[in-house]
Amino acid sequence: MSIEVRIPTILRTYTANEKVVEAAGSTIAEVVADLEANYPGIGDRLTDDKGLRRFVNVYLNDEDVRFLDGLDTAVADGDSVTILPAVAGG
Amino acid sequence: MLAISRALVEQIVAHAREDHPDEACGVIAGPAGSDDPQRFIPMLNAAMSPTFYEFDSTDLLRLYREMDDRDEEPVVIYHSHTATEAYPSRTDIAYASEPNAHYVLVSTRETGREPGPYELRSFRIVDGEVTEEEVRITDTAS
Repeated sequence: MSIEVRIPTILRTYTANEKVVEAAGSTIAEVVADLEANYPGIGDRLTDDKGLRRFVNVYLNDEDVRFLDGLDTAVADGDSVTILPAVAGG
Repeated sequence: MLAISRALVEQIVAHAREDHPDEACGVIAGPAGSDDPQRFIPMLNAAMSPTFYEFDSTDLLRLYREMDDRDEEPVVIYHSHTATEAYPSRTDIAYASEPNAHYVLVSTRETGREPGPYELRSFRIVDGEVTEEEVRITDTAS
């Protein structure tokens, strides 16, 4: 299965500056694991032991996965996943 | 150094005053690689808070898609402080995620929603390190 993943500027240091990479998996968690296997270190930037990091947004196609099933959200061949760090502060 | 037109500075300040005492936030997009802020895009502060700001996640995706389609990037990311100085807070530094952007802070603590003097400063925030930079306000050419 092939999922297109869009990588934000700040994480492109892990992907040799690639903006879009391919990943495999049937859930968001598996996609993250596959990204980590190919781009070591990136997984830790996306998740912690409690799940998706609070200030990282992951979208399946047009939907924030927090409004779906989070890391358990099912993904299918041809889906697009977009990672965007939150723009936030105090 | 941030070079920015007076018209854009005025738009940032106006947005900050309008949302005072909550923090206001937004982006000024420009052509990718140009370092030239051009398109003013005020964003909703989903946190609606005097001490925190966060772009709504759906708006954030729409914004980045749109910039991508137009071959733009966020040249400036601005937000206001409404009770403290225009200097990045600890959370600003912790969550800063655009190493190429100018982080512009404006403080409305002196005048609130009223016209008057304001404080506007610009910073680079990279890997937790804050560097203040000069703001050169340009008078918009014809």
